[in-house]
Amino acid sequence: MDELRNKARELLESGAVQMVIGYEQGTGNKTRAVFVEDPVQVPRLIFDSRCVQNLAVYMTKAEVRKKGKPALVASVPVLRSLIQLAYENQIHDESLVVLGVSPDLKLIEFSNLSEIENYLKQYTLEISIRDKEILQKLENMSADERWQYWTTVLEPCFKCYACRAACPLCYCTQCTVEDNRPQWVPVASHPLGNFEWHIMRAMHMAGRCTDCEACANACPIGIPLNLLTKKIVMDMGKSFGDNGPSLTARNPMSTFRPDDKENFIN
Amino acid sequence: MAEFEPKIVAFVCNWCTYAGADLTGTSRIKYATNVRIVRFPCTGRIDYMLLLKAFGEGADGIIVSGCHPNDCHYTSGNFHARRRWIVFRSLMDFMGIDVRRVHFSWVSAAEGAKWADVVNHAVANIRDLGPYDSYKKLAQNTEREISHG
Repeated sequence: MDELRNKARELLESGAVQMVIGYEQGTGNKTRAVFVEDPVQVPRLIFDSRCVQNLAVYMTKAEVRKKGKPALVASVPVLRSLIQLAYENQIHDESLVVLGVSPDLKLIEFSNLSEIENYLKQYTLEISIRDKEILQKLENMSADERWQYWTTVLEPCFKCYACRAACPLCYCTQCTVEDNRPQWVPVASHPLGNFEWHIMRAMHMAGRCTDCEACANACPIGIPLNLLTKKIVMDMGKSFGDNGPSLTARNPMSTFRPDDKENFIN
Repeated sequence: MAEFEPKIVAFVCNWCTYAGADLTGTSRIKYATNVRIVRFPCTGRIDYMLLLKAFGEGADGIIVSGCHPNDCHYTSGNFHARRRWIVFRSLMDFMGIDVRRVHFSWVSAAEGAKWADVVNHAVANIRDLGPYDSYKKLAQNTEREISHG
């Protein structure tokens, strides 16, 4: 913790960065994002296991970018998002200073994005055993039961789009759901629109999602919507051999192989 | 009671299946009339949302068809489409959407007879499954908006 604060202070005082984006104590037992621009404010920075918000989301925001170069506190899931953002040309080596935090809460410094990519090789993107069991349980149900499950689970969604706002990879400045002449995805809290929104969101994440779970953590009513992206992450591995973000080769959906295998096209 | 006549929407590419369906007609091959053909520039343009919209608007079944692999007019549109269908079909199935109602096939411009078979097979199959009530129920009470755009 002191390591992190010392480094943040050093970066701010030397003028290497204009802002440190990290976590601070929020209300109750929650943590929240903090934007430290003055070295005096550095003691507000904390990091512990409660810090699950994916701060990479701020890297694509114009309001944040215009403040100058930031330093970003990044745990493993955030590092993955940064690599994917770099692959999609949203950030580059000069965009930010990364203050990496290892799973045992040690500060790791990276001088460029390639170093992050190398570091991540020991943490391959894989769905946890617990989540695999949940997915398996759903897959073992009949189609009718699955339909019942999802209509029930998605029913309370009122499309606040918190899942979209929390996701570092949902960075379009204008989203398809804002297409309203005519309204493409119904906005009301209505089962049809809810289905369409969640399917569309999951599909737009296909081959890009790094399974950081920020979407599900952000959902105010606790819809397990990351099950959909987890399912896709698993499919990506199974069908196209995708194994997580990389600076040079990712997004299986924007490429193809002439011998891709399926069993349903006649 | 009269036999259930399914409504089927066919999303086809301009260069192969649409021409193939045209050949079915010019060859005077008879086939089921339940299908409404929607023509696209390429299978790569067939957005998965359009399939959902078809179900939402009351379709009982869907046919998606285009050029055989390696035959795409734009070289690779159907390869990209195939990857998308692999993911989308799996996701539909995962959410309990009835994937038996979505028929994917490759029909070339020379396969007029195959198009008739594809349609007849899909119609028979979906007639057996009956109307897609669960999705229609989902789509109930949606505001039908009028575009003033």
